[in-house]
Amino acid sequence: MDPVLEVKNLKVQFNTLEGIVHAVNGVNFTVEEGKTLGIVGESGCGKSVTVLSLMRLIPEPPGRIVDGEVIFKGENLFKINKSSIQNIRGAEIAMVFQDPMTSLNPVLTIGYQISEALMVHKRISKQEAIRRTWKLLEMVGIPLVKESFHDYPHQFSGGMRQRVMIAMALSCDPSILIADEPTTALDVTIQAQIVELTKKIQSQLGMSIIWITHDLGIVAEIADKVIVMYAGYIVEEADVFTIYENPVHPYTLALLKSLPRVDSKRYERLAIIHGSPPDCLHLPQGCPFVLRCGFAVKRCSEENPQLKNIESEHKAACWIDVRTGKTR
Amino acid sequence: MEEINNNDSGAIAQIEKPQLSYSQLVWMRFKRHKMAVVGMVLLILMILYSTLGASFTTESYSNVTDTSIRLSPPYLAHPFGTDTVGRDILARTIYGGQISLLIGLIAMAVEVIMGVLIGAIAGYYGGILDSLLMRFTEAMFNVPQLPLLLVLGKLLADKIDPFPLLGREFSGSVIVIIAVIGLTSWMGLARIVRANFLSLKEREFVTAANCIGTRNGSIIFGHILPNTMAPIIVSGTLGVANAIISEAYVSFLGVGVMPPTATWGNMLNGAYQYIESAPWLWIFPGTLIVLTVLSINFIGDGLRDALDPHALIKAE
Amino acid sequence: MFRYVVRRLLQAIPLLLIISIVIFALLQGSGDPLATLGGRRTVRPEERERLARILGLDKPIYIQYVYWLVGNDWVKIDVDNDGIPETAGTRKGILRGDFGTSLVTRGEPAIDIILERLPNTLILMIPAEIFILMTALAIGIYSAMRQYSWIDQAVTAGSFIGYSMPIFFIALASMYLFAVNFRKWGLPYLPTVGMFDPKVGKTFSQVVIHLVLPIFSMSVVSISGWSRYVRSQMLEVTSQDYIRTAYAKGLSERKVLVRHALKNAAIPMVTLLGIEIPFLLGGAVVTETIFGWPGMGRLFFDHLTRSDTPVVMGILMLISFAVVICQLITDIVYGWLDPRIRYD
Repeated sequence: MDPVLEVKNLKVQFNTLEGIVHAVNGVNFTVEEGKTLGIVGESGCGKSVTVLSLMRLIPEPPGRIVDGEVIFKGENLFKINKSSIQNIRGAEIAMVFQDPMTSLNPVLTIGYQISEALMVHKRISKQEAIRRTWKLLEMVGIPLVKESFHDYPHQFSGGMRQRVMIAMALSCDPSILIADEPTTALDVTIQAQIVELTKKIQSQLGMSIIWITHDLGIVAEIADKVIVMYAGYIVEEADVFTIYENPVHPYTLALLKSLPRVDSKRYERLAIIHGSPPDCLHLPQGCPFVLRCGFAVKRCSEENPQLKNIESEHKAACWIDVRTGKTR
Repeated sequence: MEEINNNDSGAIAQIEKPQLSYSQLVWMRFKRHKMAVVGMVLLILMILYSTLGASFTTESYSNVTDTSIRLSPPYLAHPFGTDTVGRDILARTIYGGQISLLIGLIAMAVEVIMGVLIGAIAGYYGGILDSLLMRFTEAMFNVPQLPLLLVLGKLLADKIDPFPLLGREFSGSVIVIIAVIGLTSWMGLARIVRANFLSLKEREFVTAANCIGTRNGSIIFGHILPNTMAPIIVSGTLGVANAIISEAYVSFLGVGVMPPTATWGNMLNGAYQYIESAPWLWIFPGTLIVLTVLSINFIGDGLRDALDPHALIKAE
Repeated sequence: MFRYVVRRLLQAIPLLLIISIVIFALLQGSGDPLATLGGRRTVRPEERERLARILGLDKPIYIQYVYWLVGNDWVKIDVDNDGIPETAGTRKGILRGDFGTSLVTRGEPAIDIILERLPNTLILMIPAEIFILMTALAIGIYSAMRQYSWIDQAVTAGSFIGYSMPIFFIALASMYLFAVNFRKWGLPYLPTVGMFDPKVGKTFSQVVIHLVLPIFSMSVVSISGWSRYVRSQMLEVTSQDYIRTAYAKGLSERKVLVRHALKNAAIPMVTLLGIEIPFLLGGAVVTETIFGWPGMGRLFFDHLTRSDTPVVMGILMLISFAVVICQLITDIVYGWLDPRIRYD
């Protein structure tokens, strides 16, 4: 089956006063129908910029999409005109953002904000839109739907607001739901609820999900396929089981090792990744991870490894085989 | 658990770029604003005009009246023309400039001191003191500034004697104007300072200072105040411009600085009656006011951006 | 909500009282209204004293204030200076609506003088304010939406210059250009003095054409200031996350602007507007003086220089009262616009 979304060689830059920031550097991935893609990486590695550029939501100065194609249901989203992309946003591809307090308009009721996409994209009456909004509020687990319709965002807790965001995103039954770190701003118990809710909805509606996070615990719960990003590059790509059982990129290894585990001994120190996060203004010549990598050899600082198949359905961008220490 | 990173080259930190000091950063950002730099140059020119220009003529010359040449258009002996009683306009703009600039600076100082003191005390101590001070501030806000300036200006006009300063005789009305402008412009700054103090005093560095027994005065001036300098600096800069304009308004109406002391404002007094016959009466002082205020506004805007830059991009 | 309004009104009363006391005290110390009262005829000292007693000017300040506040028709004045008060006072005091009589025009009620000029001020200020706001909104919003375009940069530079000019400079310059020089060059020129040409009469078109230059002079400064403010407010609002969410839902730029951005940007602007409106009553002293417009600003100034306390106090109290009311209205509107604010 054809993937519902195909991203080819996406490159995005930002012109800043200090220079050009290379935020996304040649990213390729696909999203299958009904499946969930997890994008993992630390802050600033280009995850959000990647998905924002899918919907052409990057402000065009100072941002610039330098190269790439985004094929959605046969069309290249970078080539269609403005009103076409507006028709796709919110209706076929919808987004849930990280901070629900600032992402919801404080002076409009949540009912209005949820029904807005419906009114814009579907030709239905206002009454019908209100009815569907009630249904959505019920689906995401917000009590007293008819009263809550007229409430404002500040009257809800963080978890509730995120449910509202999800309801908003689902309103037009999109093919792809993009969730950009939706649980990062919430506490752990609420996080679990939101993840549960999302899985339930996905099984009901059958949409694809792109879930961005830096939390490997969540990835394990929700993703089918995982891509690991660093400094605007994809450094590893595999299905979720392989990533956890058989990671091959030093960065992935380091991430997994730095997770605190229930079964580790009490006196053991937490592992860290030495060095600082990458400076996307001045990326090094070779592999972007070279200064922090425990396995680096001379070649790593000269040539940037491309993402290649290690095994079937498992890609990594590295010169070293971490199991043997030998160069690939 | 083994160290993830057992390679020495990885453990060596990246060579850090030398960090710029805060004031260097501010200066760098300020320089990027071309208009602000233009403003600075312009302001320096204005200041030079008023100070160095004074070495070419004397103050008494600027007050010399000669009705036989009154209202003459510009010519060689009087490059800016003469006014209604025959005084040389060029010399008057030079000495007038000194006064206008001086008034601007000192009134700003009064305004800043009052605003910071009231805002800091209200914000830091809170409670009843805060309520009282804020009520007072609100009351002052309610009174329209220009009418109040006029009332106070007229009231105190003749009450203070002339005094000498820096080799010049200033009429007492200068002090009056300075005081009046300063005392009616501090409210906005007080509000901002208070708001900043309210939030800053909850920060941990204040709690820490309290724990080691630092006295309140030291905390206010040594710890919290330095963290809220940006709006004070911007407000002060723009305050000079406002003071110069306020003085110009009041003097223009005739209740500000009294002749024979010249200011750019009182030189325009009555000029509208001669608008057809003697435009040089108002063109020269008026243009000087505009240029000075413009340059200060440019500088203030540049400072505002340099001291408090918005995040340029969020590289996510 | 009702309790909030009542509470605010009650809080305003001591405020107004304090303001009136302060201003009254200031005015009393400044100048002698009797100096100009006689007109061209010289006034004999006894007449002066008699006048002073009738007007209550011989009493100490606090008594004068009390009379101003509640009138003196409940006491008797000693007019003929024989030590026995015998004439009843005629003033009712401001609390009962009597603003006193003007010391300058000798007997004309201050309130009449003020009300005669009030419409003129409104005719000048209301169209001016509407013009300023509409223009500033248009410029500010356009500038914000097209940030860094050459229009934006030109507007920014222009508004700096406009903002730095004192009103009288613009007034004089525009007078010079559009009135004096246009006339010299044979072009149709604009009038510069007064509200209408006395030879033609107070017709609608006369007033309109006399409004052009004064409104223009006032507008330049105000539009410059306001449009920059509007622009920065819009920029701040459009950089918020919820605007990004609105775009992500597929809304067009116009819909995002109107439905999401404007309401949020309006909130702080309403506050500023609420402060500015009551000061419209003060008129623009400078503009009215230069253009000879018979409004409250000039009235205030004229009577101030002649120490006419009742009229000056009347105007100032009117403005202060308007300020209090406007602030209250602003707060209510604010609460209506922003659901996060709720008054109890």
